[in-house]
Amino acid sequence: MVEFYGQACTSRFMLGTSLYPSPAIMKQAIEASRADILTVSLRRESGQERAGQDFWHIIRSMGKKILPNTAGCHSAKEAITTAHMAREVFGTKWIKLEVIGEADTLQPDVFGLVEAARELNKEGFEVFPYTTDDLVVAERLLEAGCEVLMPWGAPIGSGKGLNNQFALKALRAHFPDIPLVVDAGIGKPSHAMEAMELGYDAILLNTAVAKAGNPVLMAKAFGIAIEAGRLAYEATPMEGRDMAAPSTPVLGMAFS
Amino acid sequence: MSGQTVKIIGAGVAGLTAASELLEAGFNVTLYDKGAHIGNHACSWFAGGMLAPWCEFESADEPVLRLGREALEWWKKRVSGLEYKGSLVVVKPRDMADLKRFSNMTENFKWIEEDEVSCLEPDLSGRFRKALFFGDEAHLNPRDALLDLTNYIKNLGGKIIFEEDGYNAPEADFTVDATGMAACKVLTELRGVKGEMLIIKTNEVVLSRPVRLIHPRIPLYIVPRFDGHFMVGATMIESGERGRITARSMIELLSAAYALHPAFGEAEVIEIGTDVRPAFPDNLPRLTKKAGIYYLNGLYRHGYLLAPALAGMLKNVLLGADEAEFYVKEEGQVDDINHQWKSA
Repeated sequence: MVEFYGQACTSRFMLGTSLYPSPAIMKQAIEASRADILTVSLRRESGQERAGQDFWHIIRSMGKKILPNTAGCHSAKEAITTAHMAREVFGTKWIKLEVIGEADTLQPDVFGLVEAARELNKEGFEVFPYTTDDLVVAERLLEAGCEVLMPWGAPIGSGKGLNNQFALKALRAHFPDIPLVVDAGIGKPSHAMEAMELGYDAILLNTAVAKAGNPVLMAKAFGIAIEAGRLAYEATPMEGRDMAAPSTPVLGMAFS
Repeated sequence: MSGQTVKIIGAGVAGLTAASELLEAGFNVTLYDKGAHIGNHACSWFAGGMLAPWCEFESADEPVLRLGREALEWWKKRVSGLEYKGSLVVVKPRDMADLKRFSNMTENFKWIEEDEVSCLEPDLSGRFRKALFFGDEAHLNPRDALLDLTNYIKNLGGKIIFEEDGYNAPEADFTVDATGMAACKVLTELRGVKGEMLIIKTNEVVLSRPVRLIHPRIPLYIVPRFDGHFMVGATMIESGERGRITARSMIELLSAAYALHPAFGEAEVIEIGTDVRPAFPDNLPRLTKKAGIYYLNGLYRHGYLLAPALAGMLKNVLLGADEAEFYVKEEGQVDDINHQWKSA
C-alpha cells in the first residue's frame, strides 16, 4: 500500500475532477476508477465567496481523500493564497502545488515552486509539488520540506505520455524512498502503465479520463492499467534480449 | 382541456415555453414574474440563442441532441427571426487536435477547408485552414424570442402579471414553478453554473452565423445579432455567484473575439452580462413534482434547446400522463434516473 505523508491509500490512482460532461458522469467515473485521492482545483473567485460549494459538496460526498490544487496560479504568492483558501474550504493540510511558468506549455515555474513549497511547508502544509523531471529541482523541493515529488510526463492536457523516460528513471533511481507520482501528460492507459512499470508510486491525471468519449469506461481502464503496471513492477519483469529464447527445449524434439 | 387553471411562476424561457404549450392544449394560464418586464432577472436573457444540438452533443448527453432537434421546429412555429444558417466551429492550427476531438464526439457536420470558410464567412477569409460546418443548426436572438413568446401567449389568451412573485396569487388547479436558481431550497440537488457574456459592437466584421472557437482551456462562441452587435459567450464556472464578471473572464471572452478577428479588438463593449445557470448533477433538466407543485428546472446551458421538450412533458403530465422522460414525482436522487452516458 502506498503512503503519502503518513496516510495510507488504497489506490495508486489520483483522479482530477475538472472537465467532465457533468458532475453525475464525474461521480460514475470516480467510482469506476476506484481512485482513493481526488484532486480539486480551486478558482480563487469561488473560494472567496464560497460560491463553488455546491460542486465541492458533490466531491466531498464521494468520501475520498481530497487533494486541492493551485491550478492556474502563475506566481508563488498566488499559489500560497490559493493554498490557504483550499485548507479552509476542504479542511486538509494537503496541497498539490502548481506554479505555472509559461502559458502555452503550462510548464512549472520551478523557482516559484521551490519558493512556495518552502513557505507552505513552514506553515504546516503537506505539499505535493507538480514539477518537471529535473533532478536538481527535485533535490531543492525535498530540501524545502516536500516528502512527495510529482514530475510531469508531458505538458498538462497534452496526452503525450512519458516524454523523457530516461529522466523519470533517473529520478526513481535517485530517490528510491520518496513517493514519486507522474502528474500530467498521460493520455492513454498504456502511458500510465509504463510509468508504473518504471516503479513510480502513483499516477495523477484528469483530462485523459474527463475528455474521453466515455469517461466512465476510460476511468476503469486506467484503474486496471495502473494496478497492472504496479504488479508488473513488483514482479520484476524479465530483461529483453536481442535473440529469440525458446520457451520449450528444442533439443531432442523430433524433426525440429 | 376544459379550461383548468394553471399558474406559472417565473417568466424565463422555461415559464414562457410552458405557458405556450399549456395554452395550446386548452389550459387557462396565468404567468407571474417578480420583474417589471421580461428581462435580465431571467438567466435565459443572457443566452447565446444557438439552436445547436449537434455542437452541444460534443459535451452533452443524448437527450440534448434528440430533444434539441425538435426544438428547432418548436421555435420556428412560434417566434420570428430564426436564422437557418448553420454554425461554424474553427480552431487555430496549434489546437487542431481539439477540433478533431470535437468532431469525434458528435455527428452531422462537414469538414471544410479554407476556401469554404471564406464562402460562408467572407470576413474570416484566410484566417482558418480547417473548420467544421454544422449545416442544420440555427440561431435566434433570445431576447426577441422571449418577447415574441409573451405576445404569442397573450394572443392565446394567457395572462402575464409582472411585479408579483405569484406565490400569494389566487389558487389554480395546478401550480408550476419555473424560477430557476430561486427554487434551490426545494430542489436540493440544484447547483449554479456561472456564466459571463459580453455584447460588443463593430461594423468592421460581419458574421452570418454563430462561430465557435475551440480552445483547450477557454472554448467560446460569438453569435451575430442585429446592427453590428455580437454576443460573446460564455464562461462556465462551478459557482453560484451572480452579478459580477472577473477580469480573467473578461480577458478570456475578449481574447476569443480577438482571436477570431482582430477587428473585434476595436469593438465597443455594449453590455456585460453575468448570471447562474441552474443545473442538476447530470446537467439534464427535470420536471419535479413536490408538495403539489410542479417544478421545471435544471435547463443548464440548454434553455432554448430543452425548454420546449420539458414544457411538452409538463403538458402531458397535467393532461394525466403518469410518466414522462424527465418527470420525477418526488425529488429523486440522481441515481434514480441516471442512465448510461450517450447510451441511446
